Amino acid sequence: MSETGSEPQILDARGLLCPMPVIRTGAQVDQMAHGETLEVRASDPGVLYDIPAWCRVHGHTVIESREEGDDLVVLLRIGGDDTGDD
Amino acid sequence: MSERPKAVALISGGLDSMLAAQVVKDQGVHVEGINFFTGFCVEGHTHAIRQKDKDKAKRNNALWAAEQVGIKLHIEDISQEYVRVVTNPKHGYGQNLNPCLDCKGFMVGKAREWMEARGFDFVITGEVIGQRPKSQRRETFPVVAEESGAGDRLLRPLCAKRLEPTLPERMGWVDRGQLLDFSGRSRKPQMALAEHYGFEDYSQPAGGCCFLTDETFSRKLADLWETRGTREYDLDDIMLLKLGRHLRPAPNFKLIVAREEGENHFMNGYRKRFHSVRDLDNPGPLALVQGEPGEQDLETAAAITARYGKGKTAERVRAEITPPGGEPYVTEVAPMPPAQIPEEWHV
Ligand code: SF4
Repeated sequence: MSETGSEPQILDARGLLCPMPVIRTGAQVDQMAHGETLEVRASDPGVLYDIPAWCRVHGHTVIESREEGDDLVVLLRIGGDDTGDD
Repeated sequence: MSERPKAVALISGGLDSMLAAQVVKDQGVHVEGINFFTGFCVEGHTHAIRQKDKDKAKRNNALWAAEQVGIKLHIEDISQEYVRVVTNPKHGYGQNLNPCLDCKGFMVGKAREWMEARGFDFVITGEVIGQRPKSQRRETFPVVAEESGAGDRLLRPLCAKRLEPTLPERMGWVDRGQLLDFSGRSRKPQMALAEHYGFEDYSQPAGGCCFLTDETFSRKLADLWETRGTREYDLDDIMLLKLGRHLRPAPNFKLIVAREEGENHFMNGYRKRFHSVRDLDNPGPLALVQGEPGEQDLETAAAITARYGKGKTAERVRAEITPPGGEPYVTEVAPMPPAQIPEEWHV
């Protein structure tokens, strides 16, 4: 079922140091369905490298990563580039 | 077995575990990686905090290794359970506070649990006979297999030909003929194999995969245990041992003096938990005071802290002292001259 276009789930990983934000991301993604989106908010700049790398090895897609004030935000979609019908 | 056999490979981020996973994957086995966060891992934390290490923060080596091999990587937080491995290792410590043999048994055990929960068939490690004098010896290999509960389902592809055939070999899940016979401390065979696979720029940690092999870190941890009278610790303790200069002028208190801006910023977050001290008149470090300092101790802490700032040659400076989560107050101190700071205060 494609969820693209719906509101992303939010994971607040601020204050955590790598690799904890990645570990939390993995745990949250385990509960989500293909095509759903997750917004990870973090403060450790390592997430800008680690979460994309984690997504690449697990076949998820980073839609965007950006800085918002002190927060680093990575938006990802579960599964590949397709919209997720499996 | 009708399906492809499945193996979980322990991935540390170093070369050996990466090669071991690749060798087995090459045989058509479905391999996924697992990496354990113990709290003592060398990368990540301090690099993220310290300004001068910012560039090194760019890569998580375990994820990088998994990507090179083309396998998934599951990073598991085992820091809570790991406390008992560090505080009470059955087989003792290595050169420093590294409980390598217990640690390996524990991690392989965790991988074995993961394997069983997901219907995988065996566990892979990058161990090589004789590679490490204490924990990677022919005599220790059966200990890890037994204590982890992995037994016959533990395959060490890099030296398998020097060991008795394991279940994956006997069952034909892997071809023993294509496994390797590395041994000893030389890194040449691994480097040649890395070249064969086109792996470049891999990480080569000198002492081992964690801070526990580091002499300075171990000394600080031992000091923490001794002065606390217990071997317990939490993740914040470990974090703070990785940062700053540590000075213990007396058994009842210790100072952690930030060495640079990144540490200053990070340690600010701990001011609710510990006394903190800084020079109000000059740019300089923040220091946290752990333990149970008295009023005079806090003045000493302020004098030491001022010595590491721009006001170190001033006759007197105003120091701000803030109790944990409380209101700051100001006092005047003379920055302590370096000659008055005895060597044995440095932890
Ligand atoms: S170096 Fe650290 S992580 Fe590696 S086996 Fe020894 S104790 Fe465990």
